[in-house]
Amino acid sequence: MEIGVLALQGAFIEHEQKLSELGIKSFEIRQYKDLEKPLSGLIIPGGESTVQGKLLKELNLFEPIKEKIIKGMPVFGTCAGLLLLAKQIENDTRTHLSTMDIKAVRNAYGRQLGSFNTVEEFKGIGKIPMTFIRAPYIEEVFNDTEVLAKVNGKIVAAKQKNQLVTAFHPELTEDLSVHKYFINMINKNETF
Amino acid sequence: MDNKRFELNKNLAQMLKGGVIMDVTTPEQAKIAEAAGACAVMALERIPADIRAAGGVSRMSDPKMIKGIQNAVSIPVMAKCRIGHFAEAQILQAIEIDYIDESEVLSPADDKYHIDKTAFDVPFVCGAKDLGEALRRINEGAAMIRTKGEPGTGDVVQAVRHMRLMQQEIRRLGSASEDELYDEAKLLQVPYDLVLYVHKNKKLPVVNFAAGGVATPADAALMMQLGAEGVFVGSGIFKSGNPEKRAAAIVKAVTNYKDAKLLAELSEDLGEAMVGINEQEIELLMAERGK
Repeated sequence: MEIGVLALQGAFIEHEQKLSELGIKSFEIRQYKDLEKPLSGLIIPGGESTVQGKLLKELNLFEPIKEKIIKGMPVFGTCAGLLLLAKQIENDTRTHLSTMDIKAVRNAYGRQLGSFNTVEEFKGIGKIPMTFIRAPYIEEVFNDTEVLAKVNGKIVAAKQKNQLVTAFHPELTEDLSVHKYFINMINKNETF
Repeated sequence: MDNKRFELNKNLAQMLKGGVIMDVTTPEQAKIAEAAGACAVMALERIPADIRAAGGVSRMSDPKMIKGIQNAVSIPVMAKCRIGHFAEAQILQAIEIDYIDESEVLSPADDKYHIDKTAFDVPFVCGAKDLGEALRRINEGAAMIRTKGEPGTGDVVQAVRHMRLMQQEIRRLGSASEDELYDEAKLLQVPYDLVLYVHKNKKLPVVNFAAGGVATPADAALMMQLGAEGVFVGSGIFKSGNPEKRAAAIVKAVTNYKDAKLLAELSEDLGEAMVGINEQEIELLMAERGK
């Protein structure tokens, strides 16, 4: 198994470190030719969604990645990654890959002074630490999207078939369980 | 600021990595920067090149102007306060700035003490010329470090010097034996714990960006290859012939800083770069402010 980590901008190295702690190989995707290598799954890291969304298009990654996700490639988006996958963003006219049936709210907790940590229940895992940095949350899920975690009544993690998103950053805590959860999704998804 | 808040503040800098933070003076420029792919903007009344040209005392920007920029964009907004001017920093915190740059670009308000940044909830970024300076700022509570470079010159030589020196010193600490670290702490004038961290991890405990004199995609790529985790571009963008195009090219250069072929394409046809001044022609060395 080898997982691609979108490395256009943001905290991609932290994801690579988590994967390496789990003994999983990963490689960085910075431009079109990096997609020539077969990948078992893709992680879209935290960072700025506006920057990553723009670079996806300008570096000709947008269409091929979108196509792979639609075909069933497992994908895990954290924070900005969640926004890149959302079909709707309530307070932004820009949407990006638009593959997941969720409606997100950008910067939903305000500016940096609104950033926080907490410990909450994640469905199928239990209580885990969650770090929110100028984070979004999910206002609504549609169709077969499953809610995996809530903080103060707001949805902060969800899954729809091959797509997993968290508004928080599992790559910034010691906890490996959400990454393991994603690896399990890949293991179950032999078809892609 | 408790430990948790410091972690969150370091974490925000981690999200900025691999990105370009651009100086802007108006909401219009902020929008251009955001559209070009800036991961954050630095709101200030005058960009360093103009501060240098105008002379006189340079202070924190008008909060109204900063708020105008906060309302114009969705990305993080930073602003500068003078070295040691904790009241300016309190004001910036009150308007919920995302990051405060305690900056040598402005006239220092205190020639001895930096701000006790641990007393604040918002994060600070500080400039450093070498490892000792970086660790002293981190000890005071800085959650992010940048090279000082020489702002407003369009000359990258000082940023290169600072980044090289920092990396050399990190390598030296990394290969020192543990019993030598006590003396290193003394020489660097920093707490032992921070020296031990650098020794073990072979990096600073916070994110380290390049700043000062970056004017072209090649400059940005150079700084990234020298170990910067992202780049501040001040005067280089809005003092150039075609800010939109240059800004977008620098953003892409930071993402693909090792791909010379792509860098060649990005460097084409950018119009006039900022004129700049060489370091020998400068009368005021801003990097010498605050140590």
